[in-house]
Amino acid sequence: MNMSYKEYGQLVKKMSPGSPIYKTFPLAFLIGGTICSVGEALRLWLSSMNMSKEECGIWVSVILIFITAVLTGFGVFHKIAKFGGAGTFVPITGFANAVVSPALEFQTEGFILGVSSKMFIIAGPVIVYGTIAAMASGTICYIINCLGGNI
Amino acid sequence: MEIAISLLKAFCVGGLICVVGQILLDYTKLTPARILVGFVVLGVFLGTIGIYKPVVEFAGAGATVPLTGFGYLLSEGVSQAVKTQGLVGILKGGLCAGAAGISAAILFGILVALIFKPKKK
Amino acid sequence: MKNKRGVICFKNPPSILGYAAVAGDMEANGPLKGKFDKVFQGDMDGEKSFEKAESKMQLFAAKQALKKAGLSPDEIDIAFAGDLLNQCIGTNYGLRELNIPFAGIYGACSTMAESILIGSVFVSSGYVSKSIAVTSSHFCASERQFRFPLEYGGQRPLTAQWTATAAGAVVLGKQNEGKVNVKAACVGEIIDYQIKDMNNMGAAMAPAAVNTITKFFKSTKTQAEDYDMILTGDLGQVGSAILSQIMDKEGYPLKGKHSDCGLLLFDRQRQDVHSGGSGCGCSAAVLCADVLKRLETGKLKRVLFIATGALMSPTANQQGESIPGVAHLIFLEGNIGHGNCD
Repeated sequence: MNMSYKEYGQLVKKMSPGSPIYKTFPLAFLIGGTICSVGEALRLWLSSMNMSKEECGIWVSVILIFITAVLTGFGVFHKIAKFGGAGTFVPITGFANAVVSPALEFQTEGFILGVSSKMFIIAGPVIVYGTIAAMASGTICYIINCLGGNI
Repeated sequence: MEIAISLLKAFCVGGLICVVGQILLDYTKLTPARILVGFVVLGVFLGTIGIYKPVVEFAGAGATVPLTGFGYLLSEGVSQAVKTQGLVGILKGGLCAGAAGISAAILFGILVALIFKPKKK
Repeated sequence: MKNKRGVICFKNPPSILGYAAVAGDMEANGPLKGKFDKVFQGDMDGEKSFEKAESKMQLFAAKQALKKAGLSPDEIDIAFAGDLLNQCIGTNYGLRELNIPFAGIYGACSTMAESILIGSVFVSSGYVSKSIAVTSSHFCASERQFRFPLEYGGQRPLTAQWTATAAGAVVLGKQNEGKVNVKAACVGEIIDYQIKDMNNMGAAMAPAAVNTITKFFKSTKTQAEDYDMILTGDLGQVGSAILSQIMDKEGYPLKGKHSDCGLLLFDRQRQDVHSGGSGCGCSAAVLCADVLKRLETGKLKRVLFIATGALMSPTANQQGESIPGVAHLIFLEGNIGHGNCD
């Protein structure tokens, strides 16, 4: 075949259909927006019951995680995610699905080496780098505090 | 009316953050896992330099529900912990703030694995 | 013609004595509806895991092919078989109970052509009198091994292909014992055009198909017109388009003779498979459910079957490696046909 890797790469690019962004962008906006407004509705409802701001935030996350877990269990979540794309995986629902879906899938390998160890194959990096970033952020705060500043 | 405006703000801001994720997904070779990591780290960063807080005050859940909000939560937690506990706060603050979400995901993950069976796409 | 560089013209072309195809319910609702020997219901068909379900499919395909050939397992001298799963567990557990001397092979999605090819060489050489070639793939079992958990909400790009849940088996015997002969074959080279996208396997495999087909055409001094059908394994829509464009450039246009198993197994308009089907079971099922029947009845006479495999490893891919491709060719001719390849 008379073709350099580069030429072939260009041919592949030309022949490969791209994502239909006229569909994916509006859907990500709509579905992501809807999930966030559900969160907002929950937050308003909880704060009307005299909950503190912090508690409200926690319960909103927990409820959304719970809903995602149930939808993942019934095999519905990935059908919504197929349309939602980033609209479903960027909100906390995506994190929850990333934990619940391998847990569900790897039950055939048992609860120790299957469910619990595979639980973090996708979500693990989020926790690891989130924690590292938070520690970096904390270090900066600490230094500023020591210098007498306030952040 | 006030409620409607809050919901609309959350919808627009949350939706836009998701569209940024979709742009990364469609135009780069980044996998969802990498995009999620990027969003959380970005959230921590924006939280630390104080940009994210006004967004949260404006959009409520529209800013806290996306994973950037999770990052913001970690940065808030760690900065509070450093203030009250000093050096130890650097180690404790982030995970403590995220603990509820992570624990909930673990709990529901185990429960779902106990109850349901995996199915085809 | 001399047999060299992987091109083999059989002096005593082995023939196909029996064959069988099984499929999952989604595959069985595609364009080949009603042509499978058995349809497996649900993702597990009553088994405890997807892997066990795959083994069950493979065992059924092997038994059914033997039954149609009128043979029992102890009349078979050797089995060449494989699948996509790590350590080929679909095959190892599937064929365990048959007690046929077994040589496992791995050729990714090219396994059906590879196993028929090796079996043919063994039979043609006279060292064995009957062999069986078996392969399978299972969507759920592959997806969890190569990509993400099934319930994980990700978007599949349009270039991605859908691993077929299917299995196929072919029993080979001496010349003219069956109605279809394996006249010639071509063992493919590992061809790598530096494609790294796990979601564009068709593009990774197309250069291998080009290499094998042009090599075979050159060696046998034939071209597309000399065949009724040039059937590639599972290039899908993207890979097929690339193949026909490059074949035109190479001076061997396929002139409407080309079909692709990945496009024949599923209806892309109706079924959500994006670029088409893939997996060893895909080409195996299309061959055994449809093409062999048409060769037997004389509706097709001369068919080139080129199963393509993307030799993809998640480990190598994560280490930054590209995805090499391989394509093995077998030339099938119905008994009512004519002509030799040399």
